Amino acid sequence: MLKQTEGSHAVAEAIALCRPQVVCAYPITPQTHIVEGLGEMVKSGELTGCEFINVESEFAAMSVAIGASAGGVRSYTATSSQGLLFMAEAVYNASGLGLPIVMTVGNRAIGAPINIWNDHSDSMSVRDAGWIQLYAETNQEALDLHIQAFRLAEELACPVMVCMDGFILTHAYERVDVPSQEEVDAFLPPYAPRQILDPAEPVSMGALVGPEAFTEVRYLAHHKQLRALDLIPALAAEFKRAFGRDSGGLLRTYRTEDAETIVVSLGSVNGTVQEVVDEMRARGTRIGSVSICSFRPFPLETLRAALGHAKRVVVLEKCLAVGLGGIVSDGVRKSLSGIQLKGYTVIAGLGGRAITRASLTRLFEDAERETLEPVTFLDLNTDIVNHELERERQERRTGPTAEAILRRMGTVASRIG
Amino acid sequence: MDQPQTIKYYQTGTFTVGNRLLSEDQRSVQSGMERTNSLNSGHRACQGCGEALGARYAIDAAMRATGNKVICVNATGCLEVFSTPYPETSWQVPWIHSLFGNAAAVASGVAAAQRALGRDDVRVIAQGGDGGTTDIGFGCLSGMFERNDDVLYICYDNEAYMNTGVQRSSATPPAARTATTPALGPEPGNVFGTGKNVPLIAMAHRIPYVATASVANLRDLEAKVTRAMQIRGARYLHIFVPCPLGWGSASEDTIRLARLAVESGLYPLFEARHGKVTSRTTIRRPVPVTDYLKLQKRFAHLFGKAPDTVRIAQIQRMADQNIADFGLIE
Repeated sequence: MLKQTEGSHAVAEAIALCRPQVVCAYPITPQTHIVEGLGEMVKSGELTGCEFINVESEFAAMSVAIGASAGGVRSYTATSSQGLLFMAEAVYNASGLGLPIVMTVGNRAIGAPINIWNDHSDSMSVRDAGWIQLYAETNQEALDLHIQAFRLAEELACPVMVCMDGFILTHAYERVDVPSQEEVDAFLPPYAPRQILDPAEPVSMGALVGPEAFTEVRYLAHHKQLRALDLIPALAAEFKRAFGRDSGGLLRTYRTEDAETIVVSLGSVNGTVQEVVDEMRARGTRIGSVSICSFRPFPLETLRAALGHAKRVVVLEKCLAVGLGGIVSDGVRKSLSGIQLKGYTVIAGLGGRAITRASLTRLFEDAERETLEPVTFLDLNTDIVNHELERERQERRTGPTAEAILRRMGTVASRIG
Repeated sequence: MDQPQTIKYYQTGTFTVGNRLLSEDQRSVQSGMERTNSLNSGHRACQGCGEALGARYAIDAAMRATGNKVICVNATGCLEVFSTPYPETSWQVPWIHSLFGNAAAVASGVAAAQRALGRDDVRVIAQGGDGGTTDIGFGCLSGMFERNDDVLYICYDNEAYMNTGVQRSSATPPAARTATTPALGPEPGNVFGTGKNVPLIAMAHRIPYVATASVANLRDLEAKVTRAMQIRGARYLHIFVPCPLGWGSASEDTIRLARLAVESGLYPLFEARHGKVTSRTTIRRPVPVTDYLKLQKRFAHLFGKAPDTVRIAQIQRMADQNIADFGLIE
């Protein structure tokens, strides 16, 4: 059924269609409307057979999901930003225990300075936690990915994170096609736990594992992710047959067949990238784009096949490995080992800074001329940066940087005196 | 677990836990051949471990009270480490360890799963040491209380972080020497005026049942667990478990120490319903706290060539205050 609805509500509807049995959430920002929507559905009786648990922190939210999943039911929670960091210990624990929890991350920045807007710093900070990480490009894809996520999680006994850009997707009203309960039921069978806490058949979960077996456990976690590289496209194909839509998969290519320049990105920015690609193609530029959906597991081979013939690749990423450069670029570079191809890292959209078509056009043209720096911060105000660096050289105590920048920009009042 | 396990070495019948004068139906859980032996032998607890003893009695009693329909959630700590070194486990119940600070929340999740599955006969117990309960797990514990989740949380209190080398927790008593509160300086050992009394904090949540118990009084411990399992909602049981390693006491003194803590008034035994004390174990003849303190190396600095009469008197006042507050003397 077509609906004009907010991204968060679309996801709440998708989750409800997946018949979760325990939903728990710490409610405030950095949360989204997803759990509010689910809470309402449970209270109103629209979503039956589901326990909605209000918890005291994100750490408790993931912990309750762990207990519920181990207790034998389909479990879900959502978070973002600082909330994800606060639950990080339990995030690793969920995957270590092999519990198929599904969680939405409404991607946002991490402070300090405090910033509630979109970038990918949060989910990237737990990229090695053993969860599968899928990044949605649109609200329709976010909705569809959640339905696939439960299948994926439960077939692999591995938790899955569906990442969608905060505000840009979570708070945006768009037309989405919400499938019927019958359609989802046909695609997603009832939860059949691989391991369960049951007095009829007692097991011990989460034993202490010493050096003699820990490497093997970690290897198997890695192996599970590699298996997901086959399962993710297979599920996307099955989803297409059932729902008639291309959603998910490992990655999506756009006009890459004869492209010399290929832009790689994650999430909603690909929509803007594709528009710029179309404009530049109309002017005769051979440019295309790749949108990575599955960041964990990272699709090394598939990406290699998509990029192999190009001359240069621009990795556009909304996160920063401080002291290194790009996080996504690392994976891209690994997929290109042995291939002669120029690589550029572009850090863009941090803390919600708009990524405009004009900026991208300039950026891609520079890449085409090969005048781009290896690591570029898109739309970086170098005047302010240089001023701050100079101030640091001159003043013994420079104070917090964010305040100084805002003062210089005239956003906050200057210090008295 | 439909078939109870046959126990191997322990005494049974009238010889167990002071059953001499009792008829069979009044005897403790541990006296019967049919007891479940929830925490199996062969684990790696130290000799004289109060926690191992307390845990087995508590969980066996819970199993009997529920027809063996118990799921246990364990915080990180001694109990978890000594009972489940992979590939071994001593647990005869379904059991999960997740993290140090989240046993209460994981148990809330397990309880929610039972509700979602419509299994109202399966009951959930969370357990942890004093560190996992009073410090790092305190937020999750309070959340579980506040939601009144159907979980019995058992804290095995040995008054410090024993698993990692005896560091101070917020349950460490004043003057006690630990690795992080050495017996040095003007105030040797743990400082006075700090710490948390979690049973009282649990009562402030007005949960249906709060009780304290001790491995010195195992029949009382069993009775409290049994009562707790007859109640729905959030319940809290704080069990006093001496630790020979951390306290520097003899292995065979564990029960004696537990008894002296109760009889001196330092560790009052009581029950509370919805925030009100409903029963207490009275003391016939209080013993001086020195009887208790002297058996432990963690208080040895109070009994040097010149005994630290000031601090000993301070500890005695704490015991006297408990006796007055809880009305421990008839």
